[in-house]
Amino acid sequence: MNGLRCCASAGCLARGSGALIGALETAISRAELGDRIQLRPVGCLGPCSQGPLLALDPDGDLYAGVGPQDAETLVAALARRLHQGSDQATPLEWAPARGERLDLRAPFFQRQRRIVLEHCGLIDPTDLEQAIAVGAYGQLERVLQGWSPERVLTELQRSGLRGRGGAGYPTGLKWATVARMPGARKVVVCNADEGDPGAFMDRAVLEGDPHRVLEGMAIAAYAVGADHGFIYIRAEYALAIERLRLAIDQAVRRGRLGPALFGTGFGFSVELRVGAGAYVCGEETALIASIEGKRGTPRPRPPYPAERGVGGKPTLINNVETLANVAPILREGADWFAAIGTAGSAGTKVFSLTGHVRRGGLVEVPMGTSLTTVVLEMGEGAPEGSAVKAVQTGGPSGGCVPADRLDTPLDYESLQALGTIMGSGGMVVLDQSTDMVALAAYFMAFCREESCGKCVPCRAGTVQLHGLLERILAGSASRADLDQLETLGAMVMDTSLCGLGQSAPKPMLSTLRYFRGDYLARLEAP
Amino acid sequence: MPVPTKPESFMALEAVLLRHHRSPDSLIEILHQSQNLYSYLSDPLLRHVATRLKLPLSRVKGTASFYHLFRFQPPARHRCVVCTGTACQIQGASALIEAMEESLGLQMGDRRGDGWVSLSEVRCLGTCSDAPLVLIDGTVGRQQSSDGLRRWLQELEP
Ligand SMILES: Cc1cc2nc3c(=O)[nH]c(=O)nc-3n(C[C@H](O)[C@H](O)[C@H](O)COP(=O)(O)O)c2cc1C
Ligand code: FES
Repeated sequence: MNGLRCCASAGCLARGSGALIGALETAISRAELGDRIQLRPVGCLGPCSQGPLLALDPDGDLYAGVGPQDAETLVAALARRLHQGSDQATPLEWAPARGERLDLRAPFFQRQRRIVLEHCGLIDPTDLEQAIAVGAYGQLERVLQGWSPERVLTELQRSGLRGRGGAGYPTGLKWATVARMPGARKVVVCNADEGDPGAFMDRAVLEGDPHRVLEGMAIAAYAVGADHGFIYIRAEYALAIERLRLAIDQAVRRGRLGPALFGTGFGFSVELRVGAGAYVCGEETALIASIEGKRGTPRPRPPYPAERGVGGKPTLINNVETLANVAPILREGADWFAAIGTAGSAGTKVFSLTGHVRRGGLVEVPMGTSLTTVVLEMGEGAPEGSAVKAVQTGGPSGGCVPADRLDTPLDYESLQALGTIMGSGGMVVLDQSTDMVALAAYFMAFCREESCGKCVPCRAGTVQLHGLLERILAGSASRADLDQLETLGAMVMDTSLCGLGQSAPKPMLSTLRYFRGDYLARLEAP
Repeated sequence: MPVPTKPESFMALEAVLLRHHRSPDSLIEILHQSQNLYSYLSDPLLRHVATRLKLPLSRVKGTASFYHLFRFQPPARHRCVVCTGTACQIQGASALIEAMEESLGLQMGDRRGDGWVSLSEVRCLGTCSDAPLVLIDGTVGRQQSSDGLRRWLQELEP
C-alpha cells in the first residue's frame, strides 16, 4: 500500500494544500487506485516555509512546494511503480514541477526528537480511529485500570517535566498540590491561548493531534481528582477550534471522554471556551475569570488556582504542550524522559522557528540543544546576503539573544541568565536589517495595548516607556531619557500585579543590554 | 441589514441560550454566538442577552467591551486586516499598513463612514512562515508586497 500524507494545517492550507488534496483525490479515483494509494490529510510536517508539503509512504520521502498541477504526474508515477509489481523497492521517479524532494539528512530533520509531535503529521487528525491505532487513549486506559493517582503523580514528578507555557513550573509538583486540595469537584484547564506573536507550537499540536491533548487532560483529571475540564483557546485559531470540537465529539461518542471511562468509576468531560482577543487572558487568573464569563483581568495570587480556580474550585492549569507530554512520559517511564534533555530541563521542547531564517517551521529538539544548532544548522541561518543579529524568544515577556551568544543551550536557566525566557517556544530570528529600538518599541506598544488597566504601574508605566522609546526613535531623546528607561523599567517590573506588567520591560531591557549602541546612535547630539 | 430591535426578533439566539443553560458563566460564548448570528453586538442585542441571563446590562457591556474581537457596529463590507505579529512586523507589516492607509484613505483601526471598508490589525495568525501577511475578507495574502496589496485593493468591489 502506498500512502500520501498531505499537510492540512493552517500554514500549508493557506498555501493551497486543500486544492492539492482535492486534485490528488480526483487523480487517484480516475486511475482507480483508491485501494492501493491511501491519501491522508495530516498535521504539520515541519518545514512550513516550504509548503505545501507532501509525504510519501512507505518511502518516507518528503516533497516541498507541491501544487494541484502535480497530482496527475504523481499518481501516474505511483501507478507505473505499482504495475512493476513493487510498492517501494524502486525509488519513485517523480518530482513536483515547481517543488523538490527534501533531503531528510539535513539537520532540520536529523536534529529533531519528536515526542510531543510523534504522531503529528502521521495521522488524520479528524479520524479518531487512526489516532487510536497509534495508541491514543491507550495510556489513559492503562492508568485507569491499574494505576493509583499517587503513582501517576510520583511518575510525573520523577520525570522532571516542567510547564511549557512559559514559567517552567514543575508539573508534577503542581499536580500534587491540586490533588492535595480538599473538595470533590476539581477542574482541569488546558491553556491554549497561545498569545505570543510569532508562536504557533500549540496551534500545530491542536490541529495535528488533538486527542493527545485530551488524553493528557483526562490523565491529569484522574491524578488530581477532577471531573470536568475546559480548553481555553484563542479565537484566531479557527481551524484548531474546529478540530478540537470534532475531537471532543468523537471521543465522547467512542467512550474516551464522558462518564465511567473504560468501565471504571472515573468520568471526565471537557468543554471548549473560545477567547475573544485579549492577550492577558493567557495569564492564569485572567483566564479563569474569562472562563467564568467575566472581564479577563488578573487578580493577585495567592490564592493560587490550585486553591481557588474556576467557580472557586481547586483548578489545575497546564499548557497544551505540557499536557501533550503526559501520555508518552507515563508510557515510556519517568527515567526515559528524565534522560532526555538536561538535568534541570528534562525532555524536548517544540519551537516555532520563524522570521529572518531560510528554513522556518516547527521543530522539536531535546532541551539543551544550542541556539546555534536550531537557528544556524536546522534553520540554515539568515537569508542570502544577510546575517543573524539576534534571536527573540519568549515574545513580549522575553528578550533577545545576540548572535555572539547563540552557543547558549536552550534550557530554562541558561535563557534566564541571558535576560530572556524559554517562553512558550516562539523563536523569531532577526537579521542585520532589524532595528532593535523599533523592536523594543513594538513590544512595548503591544504590552501597552494589552494591559488590562487594573494596576497603575503596568497601565501608566507602559504608556510612559513607550513614549520614551518613540522619542528615541524620533531622535529627540537625551541620555537622561535612556537612564529614565532603565529606572522606570525596573519599577514596572517590580510593582506590577501580574506577569504581563512584570515582564513588559524585558524586551526593552534586553535590547538595551546587548544593543546599547543602537540606542546611543539615536540620541540627540549633546 | 435592518437591526432587529424587538426582543422576539432574537429568536435564533434561544437555542444558544438553552444550550448554555442561560448561565452567566457562558457569557463570552453567548456573545460569540450572538455576534455570529447577528453580525455585531447591537445595543438591543446586548440588552436582550442581559435580560435573558438575568445580568445587569453594565456587566454584559463591561465584559463585551473588554475583548477586542467583539464588534459594536455592523462590520464593513470589506474587512482589511494586517498581521502585526513579530514575524510579520520585522518583515514589513509597517509598509503594508501604510499601503492600506493610503489606498483606502483610512487610518489603522478605522471604518469608512459608509461602511464600505474597515482596516484593522491582528496579532499573529500562527502561520508566520507566510509573513508578512494580510487578510482581506477572510482571504490570506501571504508574503505580501505593498505593490501587490495595492493592486488587490483596487480590485475590491465598490
Ligand atoms: C501575560 C501572560 C500571558 C500568558 N499567556 C500564556 C499562553 O498564551 N499560553 C500558556 O500556556 N501560558 C501563558 N501564560 C502562563 C500561564 O499563566 C500559566 O503559567 C501556564 O498556563 C501554566 O501552564 P504550564 O505550567 O503547563 O506552563 C501567560 C502568562 C502571562 C503572565
Ligand atoms: S506574525 Fe504574522 S502570522 Fe505570526
